[in-house]
Amino acid sequence: MKAVATYFGNIFNSLYTVAVGMKITFKHLFVPAVTLQYPDVKLKMPERARNRLYVNIDDCIGCDQCALACPVDCISIDTIKSTPDQDLGVTSTGHKKRLHVPKFDIDIAKCCYCGLCVYPCPTECIVMTDVYEFSEFDRHNLIYKFSRMTEGEIGEAKTKLKKAEEEAAAKKAATAAAAAAQPKPEPPKTP
Amino acid sequence: MNPTLESLIITVLLSALPLVFILVYALVTLYLEMKVAAHIQDRVAYMRTGWHGVLQPFADILKLLQKEDTIPAAADRFLFILAPYIVFVGTYAAFAIIPFTDAYIGSNIHLGVFFLIGVSSLVVIGILMGGWASNNKWSIFGAIRSAAQMISYEIPTALAVLIVVMITGSLNLQEITKFQDGGIQNWILFGGPLPLLTKLLLLPFTLLTFLILFTASLAEVNRTPFDLPEAESELVQGFNTEYSGMRFAMFYLAEYANMFVVSAVAVALFLGGWSSPFGEFMSGPVWGAFWLIGKAMVFIFLQIWIRWTLPRLRVDQLMYTSWKVLMPFLFVCLFAVGLILVLTV
Repeated sequence: MKAVATYFGNIFNSLYTVAVGMKITFKHLFVPAVTLQYPDVKLKMPERARNRLYVNIDDCIGCDQCALACPVDCISIDTIKSTPDQDLGVTSTGHKKRLHVPKFDIDIAKCCYCGLCVYPCPTECIVMTDVYEFSEFDRHNLIYKFSRMTEGEIGEAKTKLKKAEEEAAAKKAATAAAAAAQPKPEPPKTP
Repeated sequence: MNPTLESLIITVLLSALPLVFILVYALVTLYLEMKVAAHIQDRVAYMRTGWHGVLQPFADILKLLQKEDTIPAAADRFLFILAPYIVFVGTYAAFAIIPFTDAYIGSNIHLGVFFLIGVSSLVVIGILMGGWASNNKWSIFGAIRSAAQMISYEIPTALAVLIVVMITGSLNLQEITKFQDGGIQNWILFGGPLPLLTKLLLLPFTLLTFLILFTASLAEVNRTPFDLPEAESELVQGFNTEYSGMRFAMFYLAEYANMFVVSAVAVALFLGGWSSPFGEFMSGPVWGAFWLIGKAMVFIFLQIWIRWTLPRLRVDQLMYTSWKVLMPFLFVCLFAVGLILVLTV
C-alpha cells in the first residue's frame, strides 16, 4: 500500500513541480532584460577607475618622477633645459616650468594600470581617465605622444641651450684664464 | 497539354507545398526559440541583424550553407552521407497526412495516423545510421539512446492515438478533424461531439490522454527534458557531433519540422485541427490553415517553454516514465474510454 502511495505521490509531485517551474519561467518572460546593449548603452565607470592615462602637458614640469615610479617603464620623457632668457610660464599649481619637454611618450600597451605614476606628480598633470575603448590594429599606435613641441621648436631649444652652454663655458674659461693670468701672490717666506 | 503530364506537375507542386512551409516555419521557429530562451533568462538575444535581430535566422542558414562540409576519415562515407536525408525524408513523409485545411491534405489515405507512426520510425533509422557511421563514441551513444527512447515512446503515442481513433472511428486525420468541426465544445480534448453524458464521462480521460500524448511527443522529437540523444553537456551533440554545414542543417531542419508534425498531429487529434474554435465564425479553407498552424505554434511555444524550464532526465528515469507511468495510465484510459463508448453511445 505504501508503494502505491509513493507511486502516485511521485507522479503528483513531478507534475506539480513542473507546473511551479513553468510558472517561474513564464514570469521571467516578462521581466525586463538585464542586458545592456554595450556600444549603445554603457555602464558608468566608478569614480576612481584606472583606465587610459592622460597627461596635461601644459602643466608638466618634466621632473621625470612618473617615469621613475612606473614599474613597467612605459613612460619615457626627454627634457631640454631652458635658457635664462626664456620664460616657460608657470603651471596651474603655481610651479615654475624650467624644462622643455620634447618627448613624453606613454606606451599604453605596456601599462599595467597600477596608477603609481599619478601619485608622485607634483603638478597633478598625469591622471587616469575613464576611457577604456582604445584597441588598435597596430601595436605602435598604442604609444601615445603627449608632447606638443614640433621638430623646429625642439631644434631651436637645443641650439639655444647649446649656445647658452657654450657661452657659459666660454665665460667660465675666460674667468679661469683671467684667474690664471693674474700673478700669484708670493708665498710667505718661511722664516 | 498531355493530361497525365499535367496531373504529374500538379502533384509535384502540391507535394512541394509543405516544403515551402517548412522552410518559412523553421526560420520563424529558430527566431522564436532564441528569443523565448533569452527572455526567460532575462536576456535580449540577437538585436543587431535587422530590427530586433529578425534577419538572424537567415544569417544562420547562410553560415551553415557556406560552411565546409567535413566527413571524418574513419566514417562510413555512404551511410554518413545518407543519414540526414533519411531523417528528413521520414519527417517530410509525415507531412503527407497532416490536413492543413479541409481543402489541402497531401495524401487523403484511410490509414493516416497509422502511416504517421510507421514513417516516423524512419527517423530512428536515420539517427542510428548517422551515429553509427560517424565512428565516434559520442555519436553512437547518442544514436543508441535515441533508438531506445524513440521506440519506447512510440508505444504511448500509438496508444494515445488509438483512444482518439476509438472515439472518432477513423484513422484519417481529415475525418478526425471533420468529426470535431463546429466549435470548441466539439474538440476531443473536451469529449468530442457526443451526447452530454458521454462527454462528461470521457472528459477526464481525454484530458489525461492528451497530457500523455504531449509528453510522449516531446520524447519522440528529442526535445528537453527528453533530449538525451543530443545532450550537449554529456555527449557533445549526440548523433550529429560529426556533422557540419549542409548535412547538419538537414538534421536541424528535420528536428524543427518534427516539432511541427507532432504539434499538428496533436492539434488534429485533440484540438479540432483546422476547424475554428468559434463554430462557423472565421472558418473556411484559408482560415483553416490559419487555425491549424496557429494552434500548432502554441504547442511549439509550449515545447520551447518547457525546454528552458526543465532539466534533462536520466536514462533510467526516461524509461521509467514511459513504461511504468505513461503506459499504465494509458491502458486505464483505453479501457475506460472503450467502456464508456460501449455503454453510452
